[in-house]
Amino acid sequence: MMASSYNAKEEDGHNSGASNNGGAGVVKSKKPDNTAFKQQRLPAWQPILTAGTVLPAFFVIGLIFIPIGIGLFVSSNNIKEFEIDYTGVDINNPCYNCAKNFSWNSTTPCVCSVPFTLEQPFESNVFMYYGLSNFYQNHRRYVKSRDDSQLNGDQSALKNPSKECEPYRTSEGQPIAPCGAIANSLFNDTLELYHIDSNGTRNTIPLVKKGIAWWTDKHVKFRNPGGNNNLTVAFQGTSKPVNWRKPVYELDPSDPENNGFINEDFIVWMRTAALPTFRKLYRIIQKKSSTTPTLPSGKYLLEITYNYPVLSFDGRKRMILSTISWMGGKNPFLGIAYITVGSICFFLGVVLLIIHHKYDTRNNSPDIPN
Amino acid sequence: MECRLQRGPCVGEEIWVDSRTVYIGHKDPPPGAEANIPQRYPDNRIVSSKYTFWNFIPKNLFEQFRRIANFYFLVIFLVQLIIDTPTSPVTSGLPLFFVITVTAIKQGYEDWLRHKADCSINECPVDVVQQGKVVRTQSHKLRVGDIVVVREDETFPCDLILLSSSRHDGTCYVTTASLDGESSHKTYYAVQDTMAFRTEQEVDSLHATIECEQPQPDLYKFVGRINIYKDKEEPLARPLGAENLLLRGATLKNTQHIYGTVAVYTGMETKMALNYQSKSQKRSAVEKSMNAFLIVYLCILISKAVINTVLKYAWQWSPDRDEPWYNHRTENERQRHMVIRAFTDFLAFMVLFNYIIPVSMYVTVEMQKFLGSYFITWDEEMFDEELGEGAQVNTSDLNEELGQVEYVFTDKTGTLTENNMEFIECCVDGNVYIPHAICNGQILSAASSIDMIDSSPGGYRREHEDLFFRALCLCHTVQVKEEETVDGIKRGIHQGRPTSFYISSSPDEVALVEGMKRLGYTYLRLKDNYMEILNKDDEIERFELLHVLNFDSVRRRMSVIVKSSSGEYLLFCKGADSSIFPRIVSGKVEQVKARVEQNAIEGLRTLCVAYRRLSESEYQEACHHLNEAKLALQDREQRLAQAYDIIERDFVLLGATAVEDRLQEKAADTIESLHKAGMKVWVLTGDKMETAAATCYASKLFRRSTQILELTKKRTEEQSLHDVLFELNRTVLRQRSISGYDRVSVGLSVDCLDFGLIIDGATLSAVLKANQERAGSGNYREIFLEICRNCSAVLCCRMAPLQKAQIVKLIKASKEHPITLAIGDGANDVSMILEAHVGIGIMGKEGRQAARNSDYAIPKFKHLKKMLLVHGHYYYIRIAELVQYFFYKNVCFIFPQFLYQFFCGFSQQPLYDTAYLTLYNISFTSLPILLYSLVEQHITMETLKRDPSLYRDIAKNSLLRWPVFLYWTCLGVFDAVIFFFGAYFLFDNTTFTSNGQMFGNWTFGTLVFTVLVFTVTLKLALDTHHWTWINHFVIWGSLLFYVIFSLLWGGIIWPFLNYQRMYYVFMQMLSSGPAWLSIILLITVSLLPDVIKKVLCRTMCPTATERAQVTYCHQLHSETKALNCLVSRLGVRCLSCISCKSIPLVNHPGRPLGSLIALSNSMI
Repeated sequence: MMASSYNAKEEDGHNSGASNNGGAGVVKSKKPDNTAFKQQRLPAWQPILTAGTVLPAFFVIGLIFIPIGIGLFVSSNNIKEFEIDYTGVDINNPCYNCAKNFSWNSTTPCVCSVPFTLEQPFESNVFMYYGLSNFYQNHRRYVKSRDDSQLNGDQSALKNPSKECEPYRTSEGQPIAPCGAIANSLFNDTLELYHIDSNGTRNTIPLVKKGIAWWTDKHVKFRNPGGNNNLTVAFQGTSKPVNWRKPVYELDPSDPENNGFINEDFIVWMRTAALPTFRKLYRIIQKKSSTTPTLPSGKYLLEITYNYPVLSFDGRKRMILSTISWMGGKNPFLGIAYITVGSICFFLGVVLLIIHHKYDTRNNSPDIPN
Repeated sequence: MECRLQRGPCVGEEIWVDSRTVYIGHKDPPPGAEANIPQRYPDNRIVSSKYTFWNFIPKNLFEQFRRIANFYFLVIFLVQLIIDTPTSPVTSGLPLFFVITVTAIKQGYEDWLRHKADCSINECPVDVVQQGKVVRTQSHKLRVGDIVVVREDETFPCDLILLSSSRHDGTCYVTTASLDGESSHKTYYAVQDTMAFRTEQEVDSLHATIECEQPQPDLYKFVGRINIYKDKEEPLARPLGAENLLLRGATLKNTQHIYGTVAVYTGMETKMALNYQSKSQKRSAVEKSMNAFLIVYLCILISKAVINTVLKYAWQWSPDRDEPWYNHRTENERQRHMVIRAFTDFLAFMVLFNYIIPVSMYVTVEMQKFLGSYFITWDEEMFDEELGEGAQVNTSDLNEELGQVEYVFTDKTGTLTENNMEFIECCVDGNVYIPHAICNGQILSAASSIDMIDSSPGGYRREHEDLFFRALCLCHTVQVKEEETVDGIKRGIHQGRPTSFYISSSPDEVALVEGMKRLGYTYLRLKDNYMEILNKDDEIERFELLHVLNFDSVRRRMSVIVKSSSGEYLLFCKGADSSIFPRIVSGKVEQVKARVEQNAIEGLRTLCVAYRRLSESEYQEACHHLNEAKLALQDREQRLAQAYDIIERDFVLLGATAVEDRLQEKAADTIESLHKAGMKVWVLTGDKMETAAATCYASKLFRRSTQILELTKKRTEEQSLHDVLFELNRTVLRQRSISGYDRVSVGLSVDCLDFGLIIDGATLSAVLKANQERAGSGNYREIFLEICRNCSAVLCCRMAPLQKAQIVKLIKASKEHPITLAIGDGANDVSMILEAHVGIGIMGKEGRQAARNSDYAIPKFKHLKKMLLVHGHYYYIRIAELVQYFFYKNVCFIFPQFLYQFFCGFSQQPLYDTAYLTLYNISFTSLPILLYSLVEQHITMETLKRDPSLYRDIAKNSLLRWPVFLYWTCLGVFDAVIFFFGAYFLFDNTTFTSNGQMFGNWTFGTLVFTVLVFTVTLKLALDTHHWTWINHFVIWGSLLFYVIFSLLWGGIIWPFLNYQRMYYVFMQMLSSGPAWLSIILLITVSLLPDVIKKVLCRTMCPTATERAQVTYCHQLHSETKALNCLVSRLGVRCLSCISCKSIPLVNHPGRPLGSLIALSNSMI
C-alpha cells in the first residue's frame, strides 16, 4: 500500500516536470517500447494436443516399447537364479538348532550345512547374495546412526563420534569405531559353497570377495584412519561395536587392502537398503573357462557359520545365486511393464483413431471450406 | 457521567476538542480571551517511511510473520529445531530465509526510497517571517503558527491560510495537480482584513488567532475562523473556508509571492499526508480459492500425519519391531513418556510432509503478479498518444480478477463519452439559437456567429434574451488564462488577439462560455471582483460579482449574485432541469421543457437557466444568510445548503442550453464485446434519463431489439413500487421460461431476448429503503436483483455518487457473489471504484482522483476491452495453472514419502536427500512455472479480441473449481503412486547393475526424485501452448540444471557436511541400464493419463477456447498453403526473404500474409 502511494508521488513529480519542460520529450519517454517481449509478441511455437497430433506418438511409443519389453523379458528369463532360505525356522532345516540355540555370548561358532541341487548349470559369472527379510535397514533411527567422517578416516571423528551414533557411540568409556547401529549390526554369517560331484567329494568353490562394493565407496568414501598401515595402532583407544566379536581392524587380517573401514563386506553392509526385504552382494564366483559352466548342474552344499540372529524380529535369511545380464538380475517386472505400457499405448492409439475419425468428420465439416 | 452534572462547560468542551486554536506568529492572545492552553502539534516532518534504521529488522519480521503462510513455515522450522525430526531444519529454514530476505530487501529498498523522498521534502528550504524579517529555514522545522512566504512555482510546505498575496485583489492561483490531479488553476482568496499587507513588517504585526477543525482528510472541506485583535477592540471574526486554505503539495502559479500563515496543519496532519493513508486491500477470487485449497491440503497434511502416527504405534506394538536388537533407542528416548513420544512423532510426520503446502507458491504468486503487471504498463495498444500516457497498475494483486468480471459498472460522462463538450444550441423561451459552425475546439471568429431562428426581437423577448446570454456569461467559475502552456482544457478565445483560454474544472462551463462567445457575448475576465463582458455591440459591460453559490452534486445547480452597472442585484442560476423547474415561478416553462426533453432524447446534456431580481433588502438578507452559514464552525455544509435553499427560489425561467458530449472512440465496440463476453454492463450516471438512454443506444448498450423495462419515478408515481416490481419480474420470468424452451428445442442463442432496465436514483433508494424498513417480508431487494439478473444491460440515471457505490455493493452481496468492475473518471466515481472488486480509473478530464484511487488506470474506455479480454484472460489462466500446478507438483513430491513410510516402519525416514527436499521447490521446478505464468498465451491475442465469447470459458473461476482441483490432486496422487511403486517393483529384491552390486535407499529416493522432476516439468511442457525461446530455455534448462546439480552434489565429498549419503549415488544410478529404462517408462506412464484426458476432452466436448485454438491452426495451415502458393509465384529469387518473413507468421496470422501479398504484388 505504501509502495503504491509512493508511486503516486513519483507520478506527480513527473507530471509537474512535464508541464515545466513543455511536452514532447517527456511524452516520448513514457511511451512503452515496441519490443516483441514487452508486447508479448515473441515468436512462438504453438503446439496443440489434438487426437491428430497425439495419435502417431502413441503408435510410435507402442512400437518402441513392446520390442524393448520383449527384449527385457527374454533377457530376464534367461537369467538363472537360485534362492535358499537357511534361517532355520522349520524343524527340518539343518540350521534349526543353530537358530534355536543362538546366544550372543557363545564363544564357539555354530555351523550348519544346507544341501541343495542346481537343476540347470549357471553359465557366466555367478553372484552370490545374502538376503534378509523383515530387516528394517531403512528405519530412520538406523539410517542416520552412522558417522561418515569417522568412516572417511577423520581422526577427531574417530575419537569423538557423531551424536547420531547414540546409543552405539561409546562403550566402556571408549568411542566405538565404527560407531552407530548400522555398523553394530554388521552381517557376520560366513557362507561357504561346496560342489559335491558324482562321487560325493566336496569341492570348495572359490569365492571372490573383491569388487562387491562400489569402487567410489571403497576408494574415496571409506578410508582407514592414518592410512592402511598398522590398523591396530590407528584404532587404539577405540572400542569395537558391542555386537561384534572382533575389532574392526581384524575384519580381514589377511588382506590389508580389505581391512578396517575399507573391508568390502562392511562397506556393502553400510549402504542401507531401501526396503525391508533386501539382498546384498556377498561374493562373486568367477567364470574359469569358456567351456565349463561356472556352476554346473548338480548337488551343492552351503556351509554356514551361523552368527546372525534374525528370529527375534521374525526375519529370514537367504542365500541367492544369480547370473547377471546387461540389465542386472532377474526382474521380470520391467519387461512386463514395458510390454503392458506399449500395448496400452497401441490400444489407445487405435481407440483414438476411431474417436478422431468419428468426431473429426462431425466437428470439422464446417471448417473445411476454410 | 460528570458531564451530565455540569452541563455548561461540557458542551463547550466538546466544541474545543474538535477544533484547534492557532496563534499567528506565536503571539499570545490578549488577556481575557480564551485561556491559553498550549496545544502540541507535530512538526512539519513528513514521514511516509515505515521503518527506521533501528526498528527495521524487528518490525519487518513482525509484519512478515503476521502473514499466515510465513507463520506456518516458521512454526515448522521451530519444530524442526526443537525435536528430532527426519529432515534437517535447513530444508525449511533455507526457503523461509530466502523468502523472508527477498521480501525484506524489497521492502527495505522501497522504504529507503521513501526515506530519501521524505528527506528531500523535509529539508527543502522555506522562508519564514520572524520579527519582521524573512528567514530561511528548512521545511521540517516549520511549526504551527509560523508565517511563511511562498514564491511563484513553489509548492506549499504545509497547509496554509492565505493572508495576503502579491496580487491586488488578494487572490492567488494554485494547481493541485499533485493532490487530486486537476491541473486547472484554482483561485484562492486571502483573508479580507489582511489582504492589504504588503511587507514582512506589516504581516508580522498581525495579531490574530485561528480556530479551525482538527485535521481531516477531505481535500475540499475546511471550516475555520480567524479572530483578529486590533487595539483592545472586540476581536474581529472572519470565516475561513476551503478557499482560504492552501494545501501542502499544491503549487503557486501566476502569483509572485504570498504570505501565508502557517500552518494550520503541519507534517503528518496535512491533508495531503492524511490522504496517503492506505486504502482497504482487495483480495481476488483466485486468492480466496487458493486459501480454500490450502485448507484442504492442511487437512490432508494433518490426516496424513495422524494416520501415520496411529499406524506407527499399531505397527510397533510388538517390541521386536519397536526395538529389534540391531536398532536400539537411546536411554533418553526410552524414558520419555508414551504420549510425548507420540506427539513428537506426530510433529515429525508433519515436518516430513509439510512440503505439501508449498512455501514457494506464495513467492511465485507474488512475483508473477508483480512482474506480470508490467505487461499491462508496457502495452503499446493501451497507450494514448494524445494523453501521452499508457495504462497504470496501482495494485498488482488483482490481475487475474480482470479475467473474472461479470458486472461492469461504468460511468457515462468522461467514461463512455469524451467529456469534450460542444455547445450545440440554446433556447430562450422556446426560441432556438444555434451557433453557426460546429467546431471542436476550433477558433471561430466572433463576428460570424449568430444564427437566430425566428429572430423578431420584441421587447419582452429581447430582455430575456439579453438576460439569458448575460446569465451564461456570468454564472460560472471559468477563469481566463492568457498563456499557452496550460494543461487541461485549452480553448482559444480570439484569433488575432493574444491567445487566451478558458479554464474550468467543469468542461460544460467552458463549452457554455465558449458557445456564448460564438453567439456574440464574450466573457473577458474577472478583475477586482468585476466580471467583464464584451457584448454583441463590442461594448464592455461590467458586473460586480457579489457571491458565488458553488455547484454541488446534491443541489445540481449553481448561482451567482451580481450587481449590474445600473445598480440592480441579479441572481443567476443554472442547473439540471429537475433542480430548476420546481423553483420556477414564471417563464415559458412548457416550451422550454419540451425543448429540453427533445434535446435529452438526442443525447445532449441540457442545463436550464433562470434568474431572479433581488431588491436591496432581499440582497441583504441573502448576504446575511450566507455569511452566517460561512462563519459557522459546526455543520457549515449543512447550513450553507440551507442558506442556498432559501436564496435559490422564485426564479424566472430564461431558457435552456444543450451541450453535446461525444461518445468515446470505439465505446460501442467495446460495450458490444463486453456483452459478448458475457458481462453485464450497467451505466451509472447522474445525467437525466433521456440523455443517458440516448447515450446507451448510441453505445449499443441497448439495441433496437432490446426490450426496455422502466423502473422510474414516473412509473412508480402511477403505480405503487410494489406492483411495478412484481409486474417487471413477471415479464422477465415469463420471457425466460419461453426462452428456456427455445434454447432446448431450437438451440437459439441468448441474444434474441434481451432486456434492458432503466432505473433512477429516487426509485433505487425507494427499493433499497423499503427493504430496510421491513426486512424479510416483501423483499424488494431480491425481486430487484432477480430482474437485474435477467437484464443484460441496466441504466441507472440520476445517481448520487454514494448511490453508485450502493448499487455496486448490492450486486456484490447478491447470492451469486459476482465479480464486479467499476470504471469511471471523476471524483464522483471514486466511491464505486473503491467498492467494486476491480476499480478502473480513466485518466480523464475531470482530474486524476479516479485514476489515483483505482486499481488500474487506463487512458480511454476502449482500452477496457484489451484489459479484460486479453490481459485479464491471460492472467487468469496463468495464475490458475500456477496454483493448480503448484499443488500438483507438491502432491507428486510428498505422496511418495507418505507411501515410503509403510515400508520403513513408519519411522519418518525421508525418501529424498536433504538437498533435494530443499531445492525441489526453490530451483528445480520453480522457474518453468514462473515463466509459464508470465508468458503463456493459450490463444493468440488476436483471437481473444476477435472472439470475446471466449471470455465465458473462464467465467466463474472455472479453472479453480473443486472438480478441477480434484482432478489435479488425483493426477498428483496417481503420478506419485506410479513413481513410488515403479521404483519399488524395480528395486524389489533384485539388482539392476551389470556388475551385481546393490543400490541403497538413497538411490531409490534419487530414482523416484529424478522421475518426479522430469515428469512434473514435462507435464508443464505439455500444458504450455506458447513456446518462445525463453520457455525452451527455462524448461530444458531447469532439467539440465537438475542433472548437473545432482552430478555435482554426488561428485564430491562435501567437507562441510556430516554425511556423505549422496556420494556417487546419482552417477551410479545413471550407469545402470534398467534405471534409464525405468525412468523413461515411469515418465511415460505418469504423463499418459493427462495426455489422454486432454485429447479426449478436446475431441469429445471441446470448449470454445479449444475450438478457437484448432480453428487458428487451420487458419495457419491455410495460410501456409497460401504462402507456398506465393512462393511459387514469386519464384526462387525471393525464397530466402519469405522464409525469414515467415517466422513472425507463427505468432500473428493475417498480418504478414497481407504484407507478403503486397510484397509479391509489388515484385510482380
